[in-house]
Amino acid sequence: MSVGLETRAKQTGEAGHCGAEIRSDAHVRIEPREHGGIKIELESRVKPYYGDAIHRQTEEVLEALGVRHALVVIHDEGALPFVIAARIEAAARRAGFGADTRVLPDRVSLPEPSSRDRMRRSRLYVPGSEPRYFINAGLHGADAIILDLEDSVHPNEKDAARLLVRNALRAVDFLQCERMVRINQLPLGLEDLEEIVPESPDLILIPKLETPQQVIVASQKIAEIKADYGITRPIWLMPIIESALGIEKAYEIATASEDIVALTIGLEDYTADLGVVKTPAGAESLFARQRMVNAAHAAGVQAIDSVYGDVGDMDGLRAWGLNSRALGFEGMGCVHPLQIAVIHQAFAPTPAEIEKARKIVAAYHEAQQKGLGVVSLGSKMIDAPVVQRALKLMARAQAMGLVTRSFE
Amino acid sequence: MAILEKTELAINAAGRMVPEMVNGRQQVPYAGVGKHQPRGDKAAPPIRTAADYPEGGDKRVADLETALRKCGLRDGMVISSHHHLRDGDRVALMALEAAARIGVKDLMWFPSASFPSQKGAIELMASGVIDRIEGSMNGPLGDYCTQGKMRGMGVLRSHGGRWQAIQDGEVHIDIAVIAAPTADAFGNCDGSHGKSACGSLGFALADSIYADHVIAVTDNLVAFPCIPWQIQGNNVDYVVTVDSIGDPAKIVSGTTQITRSPDRLRIAQLVALFLRDAGIMRNGFSFQAGAGGIALAFVSYLKQMMKEAGVKARFVRGGSTKYLVELLEEGLTDYILDGQTFDLSGVQSMANHPRHVATSPFTSYNYHGKGNFASLVDAVVLGATEVDANFNANVVTHSDGRLLHGIGGWQNCLAAGCTILAVPSFRDRIPVIVDQVTTLCGPGELIDVVVTERGIAINPCRQDLMNAVKGSKLPIRPLQEIKAEVERICGGKPQPANRSDRAVAIVKWVDGTVLDSVWQVG
Repeated sequence: MSVGLETRAKQTGEAGHCGAEIRSDAHVRIEPREHGGIKIELESRVKPYYGDAIHRQTEEVLEALGVRHALVVIHDEGALPFVIAARIEAAARRAGFGADTRVLPDRVSLPEPSSRDRMRRSRLYVPGSEPRYFINAGLHGADAIILDLEDSVHPNEKDAARLLVRNALRAVDFLQCERMVRINQLPLGLEDLEEIVPESPDLILIPKLETPQQVIVASQKIAEIKADYGITRPIWLMPIIESALGIEKAYEIATASEDIVALTIGLEDYTADLGVVKTPAGAESLFARQRMVNAAHAAGVQAIDSVYGDVGDMDGLRAWGLNSRALGFEGMGCVHPLQIAVIHQAFAPTPAEIEKARKIVAAYHEAQQKGLGVVSLGSKMIDAPVVQRALKLMARAQAMGLVTRSFE
Repeated sequence: MAILEKTELAINAAGRMVPEMVNGRQQVPYAGVGKHQPRGDKAAPPIRTAADYPEGGDKRVADLETALRKCGLRDGMVISSHHHLRDGDRVALMALEAAARIGVKDLMWFPSASFPSQKGAIELMASGVIDRIEGSMNGPLGDYCTQGKMRGMGVLRSHGGRWQAIQDGEVHIDIAVIAAPTADAFGNCDGSHGKSACGSLGFALADSIYADHVIAVTDNLVAFPCIPWQIQGNNVDYVVTVDSIGDPAKIVSGTTQITRSPDRLRIAQLVALFLRDAGIMRNGFSFQAGAGGIALAFVSYLKQMMKEAGVKARFVRGGSTKYLVELLEEGLTDYILDGQTFDLSGVQSMANHPRHVATSPFTSYNYHGKGNFASLVDAVVLGATEVDANFNANVVTHSDGRLLHGIGGWQNCLAAGCTILAVPSFRDRIPVIVDQVTTLCGPGELIDVVVTERGIAINPCRQDLMNAVKGSKLPIRPLQEIKAEVERICGGKPQPANRSDRAVAIVKWVDGTVLDSVWQVG
């Protein structure tokens, strides 16, 4: 760990949040001094249990950042150690310290690299500036979590959120979830990549894309950082298309990089771009969604739908999900963990579909064994594409745990 | 009584240090589950004759002060109250303040539970009117006790343990003051009707039977007979009418709300799945769940699973809420046996539904009875502040030693066929699964399952439950493993608590023995 050169002017820096409503976060204020060493003032609801630990951690992090003399005031609301570290680092950087230094928490073991075509039915959004949602995000059974640096983070908090998300990628076990990060719109997103890519997220969402060129810029940046850090595992890309122009360019965007595994759409921005009202039924975005599905399939990547924003309306969510699957989407976003199960149900093949596919697949295998070129089921001939679709559906049903034993 | 003396400490069968003398009474240290078996006779109040009471049955007197004087209130007496009006109760403090005006000292206040709105009792303790509280304390009263300011020692009992202490003569109630949402002039009382309706009056039943004197206080006097008579007028000496016995808004919540916290919902869902997959959820089964956010959500998940499986319960135990009432109304349970009523739906249902039955701690909880009703309940879902790797649990103190909750029916429920603690594995940064609980309230051998957001731990002594869920998709894990994971997340084990060696309260076990001490802090 290198110690940054103290070249910038020093000032008071603060970061984080505290107050009666805040949980699992901390507010840190660093007032640089000329001499007198480090003085720590700590208020914490967990002081009787972890007061000593917080003192030790603060001293270690400040030392690593090259802060020698300062008054440090911490209001802690039960923040976990990786959060406290990120808050101290953000406050120190804002005070003008440690520009070239990273203070990284212990790393939990990295999960298996994610595969190009893994299931992406649900991705749970976690605001990058709300650390209390991080630690249990993986428990709710989503296929992926998205640590968000974009719309859920206030423009003044981008630098601090970046450090929180970076630390979360190291210190939090997200279990079976694919670890996704939504960076900011370029060029700000390139700064996000500097902090995020070294921690090997499984997938990066790039928002508001309108040209293939933008994908290339981001993807080159990622490749450079990966090379610097010797990272060989894949970091996939999922462009988010959120404008009329983006929709028109969807296929070009989807084919702009080998690393793209899915396309998704942002309906709030898209409807705003069109100047139309976003309705529950979504007639105004039907064309865009269909066009995107087609572009994604043409490019050989997954088509993933937007989010359903009304957390209280589970029936509306179910209807949206069923329609979404019927259009050719393979998943959608979640803004609350309660949405996950509903979405998984909506994107699951029905028992009738599975039964029909099972019969077709059985007939196909029988024909293969008998060396017949034509597959038939009862009195009906089955076309090759129908067999392909049935095979795909059964594979998906098996991945979802709907078919218990191998159907082969 | 003199300022709390330092008494000799003994080590009980659970390895906890407990005082041998408490408030002038010799104590029996906890000896193990089912080990302490006292013999002898129950206590009884003095004989009265009808000749002592008005022939017309009108037992009304002008006010509480008059009633207390007529009961012969003197220094050092025991005054009891019940907590069915919860944080809205006005009667207990009204009675204690009337006693203060009479000028008596060193009373023992014996509530079935105390609430933050009764913090006025602190002044009465400071001025010497009240020597001590034997009953649950939280909020300001809990702090007063744990800071060592109460002169006598606190005694925490379960609901059933309170009945046991009264019945066995460990606590002799001189005067019981019963807040009654409806009463007649003869003293029959009902909790399920009136502007201050609270549902059941079960917590006052033992007091009405065993106290030397009983005063009913009501703001809804009806002509004889008051039906149903949950408290019988034959046991009542005086009736006092007042403008208001309590603040209805704080007596019951309008509606009880299911938690929206995803982590808590996950715990609730895992509890319901466990009952289903372990085969406990079957036709004719029974369960108890309270009014906490997790418990309510659990009922809602279980209801869905019962419907899907076509399963019906024989009875459910309340704390009733609208969620239990829905089970009754939709035919998913034959009965609600209700110890207390948490929301308006519960109160209305008890008033109107013949199979929504008011019960007392006696019928369900008293361990010194002819059998233990609590052990007939198939499953119970409880909370806890801490649990250790041997499944011992704490429900009364924070990890820093401050009093937080009463025991309530918690200890009594541990007798259920399957006792489940539904708890987050840590709160903020504070681990719930610990090396040693701050205060022992429930022996681990009675706690069968701990359900956290990070997995389900089954007590190794319940091999039958282990086998029952084998092959299910439930996240079954050793408790030690969850504990280790939480310590990694929280950045190591917490610092040991700073506490004194001076006991300020004791925790009784259901048989009247002393299970643990609460030590002075701060």
